[in-house]
Amino acid sequence: MRRSEVINEVAHCDGLIVANLGFPSRELYARQDSERNFYMLGSMGLASSIGMGIACSQNKRVFVIDGDGSVLMNLGSLATVTRYAPSNYCLVIVDNKAYGSTGNQPTCTAGKADLFKIAKAAGNHTVRRVKTIAALRRTLQLFSQTCLIIIAETDSKADEVPVIPLTPVDIKVRFMREVKSRSKKTVNR
Amino acid sequence: MTGKRSGSRQPHQADSAIVRVLLKEGIAPVLSLPCNMLAGLLREIDRHPLQHIKVCREEEGVGIAAGAALAGKKPLLLMQNSGLGNTLNALMSLTRLYQLPLFLLMSHRGGPGEKISAQIPMGEAAPRILETLGIKYIYIRSAHDFTILARLVKQTYNNSLISAAFLSRRLWDAAK
Repeated sequence: MRRSEVINEVAHCDGLIVANLGFPSRELYARQDSERNFYMLGSMGLASSIGMGIACSQNKRVFVIDGDGSVLMNLGSLATVTRYAPSNYCLVIVDNKAYGSTGNQPTCTAGKADLFKIAKAAGNHTVRRVKTIAALRRTLQLFSQTCLIIIAETDSKADEVPVIPLTPVDIKVRFMREVKSRSKKTVNR
Repeated sequence: MTGKRSGSRQPHQADSAIVRVLLKEGIAPVLSLPCNMLAGLLREIDRHPLQHIKVCREEEGVGIAAGAALAGKKPLLLMQNSGLGNTLNALMSLTRLYQLPLFLLMSHRGGPGEKISAQIPMGEAAPRILETLGIKYIYIRSAHDFTILARLVKQTYNNSLISAAFLSRRLWDAAK
């Protein structure tokens, strides 16, 4: 399974998306840019935390596309996410076992570290490991009202994608507009 | 301690005053890490209808705060000034980069009466670090300063800024 396939699959889900810096953001932008996407440009490691902040502050489902290197940088986040377990939160960790945006240097998951076991040990009951797109799709459909962590194992191939031309404030303003309109819809229902 | 109700400690007036500011300014969520000086305040926060998320590391709090701000909330990070060091890159490459609001409320360790030597170097450096980053800060030393705190908190969210306040040990040394 390729990383870009995982991103494509998440992009077809209904909800807000936080994309990790580097290739995940750029691939998501290139494939399916939308106001509901928050593209990280810096602060490596904090995708899962940003998503948790959004999930705890409004009702829409939040998908986070994170990476193994980034999650390893902020492992405490897995414990915090589990402690508060917002049911509208889905963390998809693309585990390509490498720092894909900086030249594919191997991460600890290329060795013995196992993010599935680490996430489980943090206390979360719904952690799933997927190796195919079909399994990822099934998992995303099955758990729609649960705080869910998915470890999606992929190869390290990346597509050639351009840098995002939006300014940080553009990304923020349009995302906030989208959150606001979506929250209103939820209230009216 | 002379609690009116048996088994419950009477909150210190400094803690009550800070919680009043948080409530009045509509702060949510409070992201916190513990500190001995903040123990009473943390208890007082949990006795009020304030959204309170306890994080494992300060930088993580900056991330959750950014997410909350993106959803239109007014997040505040409560920590020791030693934790400031753990937030720096995120404060710049996330909060400042996207012009999101965040208030940093810190116990100021390392001053007079400090018993832990490890607190002293960062206690001295913290204000200068904020100056370097262009973050406005104030000192809260007495009940008199809570009005200034409320004003800076309001400015922070109205103008999408990062601001900070150092809570002095004197606040809690003062009579209840």
